[in-house]
Formats: sequence, C-alpha cells, structure tokens
Amino acid sequence: MTQQEALQQYLLRLADSDMVLGQRLCELCGHAPALEEELALMNLGLDLIGQARNWYEYAAELEGKGNDADYLAFRRDAGEFRNLLLVEQPNGDYAMTMARQFFFDAWHYQTLQALVNSSDERIAQVAGKAIKEVTYHLRRSIEWMKRLGNGTEESHQRMEVAVEELWRFTGELIEADEVDLMMAEAGIGADPEAVKSAWKQMVTDVMTEATLTLQDENAWMHVGGKRGIHTEHLGFLLAEMQFLPRAYPDAVW
Amino acid sequence: MLSGKHPMDSLIASDRIPANASGERLSIEQLWQLLDEVKDPEVPAISVVELGVVRSIEWQDDTLHVCVTPTYSGCPATELIEQMIQSALEQAGLRQFQLETRLAPAWTTDWITPAGREKLREFGIAPPQGSASKLSLMGHSEIIECPHCGSQQTEQVSEFGSTACKALYRCRDCLEPFDYFKCI
Ligand SMILES: [Zn+2]
Repeated sequence: MTQQEALQQYLLRLADSDMVLGQRLCELCGHAPALEEELALMNLGLDLIGQARNWYEYAAELEGKGNDADYLAFRRDAGEFRNLLLVEQPNGDYAMTMARQFFFDAWHYQTLQALVNSSDERIAQVAGKAIKEVTYHLRRSIEWMKRLGNGTEESHQRMEVAVEELWRFTGELIEADEVDLMMAEAGIGADPEAVKSAWKQMVTDVMTEATLTLQDENAWMHVGGKRGIHTEHLGFLLAEMQFLPRAYPDAVW
Repeated sequence: MLSGKHPMDSLIASDRIPANASGERLSIEQLWQLLDEVKDPEVPAISVVELGVVRSIEWQDDTLHVCVTPTYSGCPATELIEQMIQSALEQAGLRQFQLETRLAPAWTTDWITPAGREKLREFGIAPPQGSASKLSLMGHSEIIECPHCGSQQTEQVSEFGSTACKALYRCRDCLEPFDYFKCI
C-alpha cells in the first residue's frame, strides 16, 4: 500500500463514519422522544454530514477521477464504505442511541484532537473546525450516559443493555491496522496508542460515574468496517440514503 | 445533496453586471458598510459582518476579493450567506469580484463584534459569554444571563437549540425560555 492509498482510505473512514452516523441520526427526525432532543439530534447529524462533506471533498480531489463529494456519498455500495461498524447499528431505544453516540464521540474527540496537529494541512484545517463541534457532541453524550445510568431503575437497566449490546463494536475504534499505522508514522493520522488509552480512560470514567458495569476489555470484537466488511444494517441504511441520487442521477435543486 | 456547486476554497466569479455609471470604485470602508447590510438568514438581527463570517475584503487590481469563513461544518445557511453577499455586491454595481470560502482559522464566537452581541441580546438571544478557548469538556460553570430580564438564575434545557450554534436555556425568574449563542 502506498502512502497515497493509505491516506485515501483514512479519509474515507472519517467521512463514511460521519456520514453514516449523520444519516442514522436523521432517521429520528419526527421520532425523537422530546422536542429538545429532536433539535439536538438533528443539529448533531447536520454537523456530522457537514464534516463528512469536508472529508469527502478532500478524498475526491486526491482520488483525481473527477468524482465529487456527492459521488462518494451516494454512488458507492456498502462494500466500498469504510465506516466503523458501531455507527451503522440501528437507533434502538434512546439508551442505545446515546450509548452509540458516546462511544463514537469519545473516539471522535480524541482522534480530531490529534488531527488538529496533522502534518497534512488540509486535514488539520477540517479537524480544527470539527473539533469545536464535536466537543459539544461529547459533552452532551456524557451527560446522557450519566443521566440514564443514574436515573430510574428502568433507564439504568436499558443503558446496561445498550452498553452490553454495543460493546462488541468498539474494538474497531481503538485497534490500529496497517492504514492507521502508516498514517500515524507519516505524522498525518492520529497516534492509535494515544487514542486508545485516552478513549479507554474516558469510557471507564464516565461509565463509573454513571454506575454502569464496566465491560471486558478482552471481549471478542466484531471488526471489518474499516475494510468494507459490514453488518447487514448498512445496506438498508444506504438504500434509503442513496435512493434519490440513484433513481434520479444528477438531480439538482 | 451534500453540497451546492462550490467546494471548499472555491471561487465564484461574476461578470454579469455592467459597471456602474460613475465607474468609480467603492472604497474598502464603503464595502464593509455594504456587507453590514447583509443579514444572517437565521438570526436576521445581526449582519454577516457582525457575525464575523466576512474575514476580509480587498481589491486585487480590478477584482474585489471577499473571504468568508463558515460558522459550522454543516451550517445550512453557509451557501445562502454567500449568495446574499454575491447579490449585495451585484446590486451595488460591482462587476468583478471573487468569493472565497476559507476554513482555517476556524470561525469562533470571539469574532462576533460588540455591536453584534448587543443586537443578539435585544433580539432575545443571550450572546456568547467568555472566550471560546476556555470551553471545557466536562461541566459548564459559566453563568448565562437571561436576555429578557437580566437574571442570572438560568438553567440549560438542551445543549442544542433551534440551530447548532445555540443552546436552549430557561430563566428561573421570568420563566421565559431563550436561546444562548454558545461559545465555539
Ligand atoms: Zn428572565
């Protein structure tokens, strides 16, 4: 793998994770449990889709095939997506939505913090913008972990179920592969070891404060999203997200 | 679709409008005043200049360069703001200009002008308090003053309000809800 190829993959991972989670959150439009939550989730989704656009634009330029951000988002199939498996998991109940968000936000925050200092100027710029937004996302998801964990017996129980259900998708966030290592070595990507320890620390701290059971660090983990091997959920999500541009190619408004 | 027609760092050139009759070039100061008339489409109480998204205006030979920095990555008003700036320049008779979208340095609420902050308050939105650089990850100790009655007895209802740039608060004295333009 050349450094250029690794960079392309690295950008697609960032972009696709933002895009897929943004789409998941948008599914809750009109379905959130309260008006304030609806506003928050839609704004979160919008931030993520905006960030995805910035990453896609850079990826498309590097690719040099004349594709644009829309092409990358709407004309690729599931096997070409490089998002984390965690973000394609269904919304479930609100505990599930928030636990997924927290695990992702904690990873996203640590990763972007590192990317602000990327040797790649464009990456540093996009990350510099995104980190400000993601700081609010993380603050909010931490609040929800504590609120549901320390809330009623039922909210606590539901959060326990959510954490247990989603834990097997978190290994992928912190396990480095060839792409991660190449990018880190080049000073372009985040240092996987630093992200891993900071993520673990934050998850442990927040879950402890939320009185939630800490999960086994050595549990068996689902991986593959970063290589394009996905759970069955992604195809359905893309079918909805990509329907219009595929049914009416080059439609504009 | 993810984007309008222009990606980051794009340039929009316009030569549709004929030169104005006098043919005289507007001064930079006049141009800042002109764009100060362009209101933020989401918070029309404040102009795009007061909001701090217009970063620079300069003549380069016979072409006017205007640099704009978007507030949020996913702000849906970004493209509309650029169109509004473009049409304001066209209406002023400008023939040759370029709009540049610049991401870095990232927009911060520290760039909202004092006049802009006052207008936000009058509009019922609590302006950002303190410096964005002091934004903490855990907990938020800052006291947000109610824009309606000035009370400091307020509480956050939601980290996000009607747009990503605002949080939703409630005043415990006058009982009114209000938006807080949060630090970023
Ligand atoms: Zn009040």
